Amino acid sequence: MSTFPLKIGTPDGLLFEGEVTRLVCRSITGDLAIMARHVNFCTALGMGEAHVVMDDGSVREAACIGGMLSVMDGECSLLATTWEWKENIDAERAGRAKTRAEQQLAKTGLTDEEYKVAKAKLQRALVRLSVKN
Amino acid sequence: MAANMKAVKLRIKSVQSTMQITKAMELVASSKLRKAKERAETCRPYFHTLHDTLRDIAAGNTEFYSLYARESENPKTCYVVIAGDRGLAGGYNANVFKCMEADCQGREYSVLPIGKKALEYYRRKKVDIVSEEFAEIADVSVSDCFSIAHLLCSKFMSGEFGHIELCYTNFVSMLSQQPEVFSILPLTDLVGEETENTVRDLILYEPDSTTVFDAIVPEYLAGLIYGGVCEGLASELAARRTAMDAATKNAGEMIDQLNLYYNRARQASITQEITEIVAGSEGL
Repeated sequence: MSTFPLKIGTPDGLLFEGEVTRLVCRSITGDLAIMARHVNFCTALGMGEAHVVMDDGSVREAACIGGMLSVMDGECSLLATTWEWKENIDAERAGRAKTRAEQQLAKTGLTDEEYKVAKAKLQRALVRLSVKN
Repeated sequence: MAANMKAVKLRIKSVQSTMQITKAMELVASSKLRKAKERAETCRPYFHTLHDTLRDIAAGNTEFYSLYARESENPKTCYVVIAGDRGLAGGYNANVFKCMEADCQGREYSVLPIGKKALEYYRRKKVDIVSEEFAEIADVSVSDCFSIAHLLCSKFMSGEFGHIELCYTNFVSMLSQQPEVFSILPLTDLVGEETENTVRDLILYEPDSTTVFDAIVPEYLAGLIYGGVCEGLASELAARRTAMDAATKNAGEMIDQLNLYYNRARQASITQEITEIVAGSEGL
């Protein structure tokens, strides 16, 4: 399989740089896969599971939350708000965040802003947990 | 002569205590600097990739439905100025302001200051300030950057200003920090003139360009501001370290000189006493 260069960056540093065969992640409209020789492309990322197929065929999974994906002249850069490889996810912490968010959502009288924040937190926790398990 | 000696002694003491302070400040700055430098370095690839990607997109962009991507008719500019919280960092703060003022000549502008010094400066100059919420640069986190970005985007969309520029200090090395201004919005401002005549690469947007821009521009702004804050913080500490190092050296030199002066005065007074005693004993 032909490969393409991929860069994965977050504000916490450049997490990955190298040749891969396939990148699958969730955009704001749904899951998509990028393979070599893709046309110039740009989209915004949603929250979801992502996986990268390396040039040796191995698959690495990750939780990807927000950001942008662009392919320019065959080079793909994925700039995420957070990107955690499966092995780096702290399941306990995500579980705690999930229960906290659920408790928050169960309350009545939340403002729109609080509701939005709690919902986003719950969603992030669920993404992390689903990747980890 | 004795009074003069006392004055010199006092002076030496005061310089010595100043030197102690500058030395302590230098040590504090260099220990904090190590962490800040690491943070700036981990953030830098993201910062540059983000900026380069958006520039490529802007260069290839042929759709102008989104307000973010369209050339702006509103001449008013908003500057995001990243300076320090405290002084005593050499020319760090002054350089940022100078750089920003050189850029804003003849333009109508408002400012979003980050850092206490920036806020104080623009308040004193009575410049229109967008938000005073982010005064302490040391506390600015990624989520703060997102709230800054959302604030700026909503104001940009409502037409309060037509351009957004970021003014920060680039951390080149421990010894050199370069203040910089660059445009971040609208995206057409990012494109240099050299790409004008080349064939544009067309880009596929999924689902469509307006939705994509609406989703990625706030992230892009937040990323750039966060990068600027990291670089700025590292630059501030490096500038303070250099300034305090120089101050400590100067104090050392001053003490040496004062000691010399003190010893001369002491010797002169002894010589005078001896002369007086000799003259007195001859008179007996």
